[in-house]
Amino acid sequence: MKRITLITILFASAATAGAATADSIAIPEQLHEITVTSRRKPVEVIPVQTLSGDELQRLNSNSIADALRYFSGVQVKDYGGVGGIKTVNIRSMGTNHTGVVYDGVELGNAQNGQIDLGQFSLDNIEALSLYNGQKSEILQPAKDFGSAGSIYIRTRTPQFAADESYHARAAVRFGSFDLLNPSALVELRLSPRVNASLSAEWITSTGRYKFRYRRVNPAGELAYDTTAVRQNGDINATRIEANLNGSINMGEWHFKVYNYNSERGVPGAIVNNVWRRGERIWDTNSFAQGSFTKTVGSFTTLNNIKYAFYRTHYVNNDDKQIKIDNLYRQREFYLSSANELALTPWWRLSASYDFQWNTLSADMYGFAKPDRYSNLLSVATAVDLGRFKAQASGLATFIHDRLRGQQSPADKHVFTPAIYASFSPLRRSRDLQLRAFVKRSFRMPTFNDLYYADMGNSRLSPERVTQCNVGIVYSHDSRGFVRSLRLSADAYYNLVKNKIVAYPKGQQFRWTMLNLGKVDIRGIDITALAGFNPAGDLYATIRGQYTYQRAIDITSPADNYYRHQIPYIPHHSGSAVLNLSWRQWNVNYSFIYVGARYNQQENIRYNYTQPWYTSDVSLSRDFTFNKVRCRALVEVNNLLSQDYDVILNYPMPKRNFRISLTVEI
Amino acid sequence: MISPHITRTIFLYFLTLLAVAGKGATSCREDELVVPTEYDIIPGNPPVTSVIRGFYLVNEGNMGSNKCTVDFCDFTTGLYARNIYAERNPDVIKELGDVGNDIGIYGSKLYIVVNCSHKVEVLDARSGIRIGQVDIPNCRYVRFYRGKAYVSSYVGPVLIDPDAPKGAIFEVDTASLAVTRRVSVGYQPEEMEIVGDYMYVANSGGYRAPAYDNTVSVIQMIDFKQVEQIPVGINLHRVKQDRYRQLWVSSRGDYNTRPSRLYVLGRKPGYNRYAVTDTIPVACSNMAVRGDSLFYYATEWNDYTSSNTISYGIIDIRSKQVVSTNFITDGTEREITIPYGIAIHPETGDIFVTDARNYVSSGTLYCFSPDGKKKWSVRTGDIPAHIAFLPE
Repeated sequence: MKRITLITILFASAATAGAATADSIAIPEQLHEITVTSRRKPVEVIPVQTLSGDELQRLNSNSIADALRYFSGVQVKDYGGVGGIKTVNIRSMGTNHTGVVYDGVELGNAQNGQIDLGQFSLDNIEALSLYNGQKSEILQPAKDFGSAGSIYIRTRTPQFAADESYHARAAVRFGSFDLLNPSALVELRLSPRVNASLSAEWITSTGRYKFRYRRVNPAGELAYDTTAVRQNGDINATRIEANLNGSINMGEWHFKVYNYNSERGVPGAIVNNVWRRGERIWDTNSFAQGSFTKTVGSFTTLNNIKYAFYRTHYVNNDDKQIKIDNLYRQREFYLSSANELALTPWWRLSASYDFQWNTLSADMYGFAKPDRYSNLLSVATAVDLGRFKAQASGLATFIHDRLRGQQSPADKHVFTPAIYASFSPLRRSRDLQLRAFVKRSFRMPTFNDLYYADMGNSRLSPERVTQCNVGIVYSHDSRGFVRSLRLSADAYYNLVKNKIVAYPKGQQFRWTMLNLGKVDIRGIDITALAGFNPAGDLYATIRGQYTYQRAIDITSPADNYYRHQIPYIPHHSGSAVLNLSWRQWNVNYSFIYVGARYNQQENIRYNYTQPWYTSDVSLSRDFTFNKVRCRALVEVNNLLSQDYDVILNYPMPKRNFRISLTVEI
Repeated sequence: MISPHITRTIFLYFLTLLAVAGKGATSCREDELVVPTEYDIIPGNPPVTSVIRGFYLVNEGNMGSNKCTVDFCDFTTGLYARNIYAERNPDVIKELGDVGNDIGIYGSKLYIVVNCSHKVEVLDARSGIRIGQVDIPNCRYVRFYRGKAYVSSYVGPVLIDPDAPKGAIFEVDTASLAVTRRVSVGYQPEEMEIVGDYMYVANSGGYRAPAYDNTVSVIQMIDFKQVEQIPVGINLHRVKQDRYRQLWVSSRGDYNTRPSRLYVLGRKPGYNRYAVTDTIPVACSNMAVRGDSLFYYATEWNDYTSSNTISYGIIDIRSKQVVSTNFITDGTEREITIPYGIAIHPETGDIFVTDARNYVSSGTLYCFSPDGKKKWSVRTGDIPAHIAFLPE
């Protein structure tokens, strides 16, 4: 028992130490998961945004993708509804440049390089962080140095008080679209050094929601106004996750098994004369992963292992169209060893090596059966001179693809460096910080880009990105009216070269993939977070974020979209969240604004897409009966019932509701 | 510790910044307007002829974009009107539809085949105002014969094998716009041509790759029955007849080892039936016939160079020899990314070629004089493809 208390204190103090100087815009967490308890928590050199704990749970979000809309520089592609695909694009570089890390290990999809974040519910999530570039941590797998931007998803880790041996939580959510979403969590302390947790969830929804299309002529007279119900958007999914966590002398280990199963209808585009389609997808995503950390003197090692199996079954049953019944199976094996040496209290070095194997088999005519062997080697160093901090890293990636029964494409090797620095200009406090980074990264062509029947092009090279960022952060905590204040502004310039784009060949939608595109991206991210204590037990937090982006296509002056803003990237976007809590009551208001965009490359009026903005409101009340803690939450989303499309012809739901009840012991 | 004063100053500074940024961004949602028509002046005043008033051009629009649009080029006013459908038919929900595939004028009516909206849209040919629609699943091309419209469709009646239904030709009464009869043909039928009392249908079998269809279906028009399937080549697409009642049929090949080819079907002396008489050793994506000349172009992807090889040729339909390998003579072909449609002005012989560019941005329509010199060009909708001339 004594040991647990000690660790808890260590956690708490490390978290506070980190929070005082972190440029995170999050409220400091009370208890922080620290991977290495003995080491000093490094200060964030890299722009990071975090949402965690209660704040995250109150954001009227169905999934991780919904919550990510509150981060600056992020655009979420949302095809609508509970089962609709949702992917994120950080700073206009493209979805494939975004790394998504789930409890320390990156999620992969070698087939199309995109992670559908709509599949990840917020039920068991403790914190979501977004890093531009990479995480400010040199002890990390080589892969983590590779992405242009990364999202870290951290699930809840059991934390037991001295007299506790278990926790249990049950929740049920129901609401519009016939949504029913029960979930349960059990946490057990097996021994003073080992604990386990089991989390399970079931989500079902018919996905039937009303949407409306309306047009008027320039004189203001109604041309048409139609409301219909979205069809074939149903989902039935389960998630089961089991964790085993342990601590050893100067180290810890984790083991996780994850399984997600779903059957979904694909609602498809709403076009003239077509209101229903016949596509369905069955997904099974399973993985097991383990990690082990230990510190010996000034040396720390972090090792990860993962095996994943993804199965996707796609069927098109529309009797007006080609019948499709395809089964895709992906397997992944991943092994990583990251090692860090603290040479002096202010200077650390690290080296990591990762190996990854991916394979895909598709029962589809003309689709090659590829195996991919990736070897990644990184070296990094960090110096912390008090007011000045810097990190530098280099990642070498070697990729070999092997095709069964066909000639394999040439091996690829890429070197990508990154440099980060931050400086506190004030002598007496660290409240103000200046920061800058330059990073190169790339994305490999996916299996679809390379080997998809007829369309793939095995001669593709990696797509490359160069990012430059300068920023300023101010953070301050005090006891007065303004309890905490975090402000940050970053300006960035990204250049995407060798962008992989679809290129036409021959007649009727025959395409191939080419390294053709070039995109110039300049943007500004501004975030503000303030916590107030206006009176007594009343607390208020305001969070605001604004993004300006100019992302233009500079591929060729011969294109009729030369120097036009790229599709679905608004010039202006932002969000604001206001949270008020008084004793057991909590009210949350959130507003999201996405400015005018173009739905195709050419910025002409036929491709113009109107801005959209939604207001979501939630109200919650906490109760305690004996030792049972309960929470009731009522949410209203799209309060003003705006009719909008995020993606052209994929209408979003009108006003909708959700009620959640949570019981915890 | 930093002083509260500085804290407040910085806070105010950021608030101002956010407010300014917010102000710049406060463009609000407005009512969605009916998609407007745009007008361009056709350069160099096209000659007004007594026979042809102008032409309609169907832009296919990328799949799922619902951006099938119609343009009208008016020779009498010298104006090119882009995207006329919505403005003339503002009350049609979700406009013209998804992926146009063909256009034809018969009598006073204009027929637009909208493939992924599973319908044939019928407009008044002069005003562009909607008369009605005929629902035909996965419809492809339209031809006319004795008061009836005939539409090829990938989906015929589901018979023995529900997984690979044969295609069909639907017969539509042009007065009542009702489907009157239909006949099952080969797999995934494309273009048709009617010669005498028979219709010849090119079957592609595109949904069955690599087991493509390789036949031309022959339909006897009197009783609307398929009487024969002539073996020609795999993955057939276009059928055009010439003035000697020969049929020119293009095969798309398998995009891999078997190249695209052009076949000639004719009647052998003493026989009534059509059979392949010649195979022209050129690739052919699309063609148009004028007099004794067949103008064709071909787009072939070359994996080795990662580029399209594009040719524009003329074939003498009597000698069946390629007499020119480039009917564009002034170098304009270098501006064209993907030729996608071809039509010849029935009176002046001007050649119209459309460029679909990258399929997801505006295309270009080029007008060439009969000797292959560019006369003018104009911006179109997405994937300009099919042209129908409107008689005066």
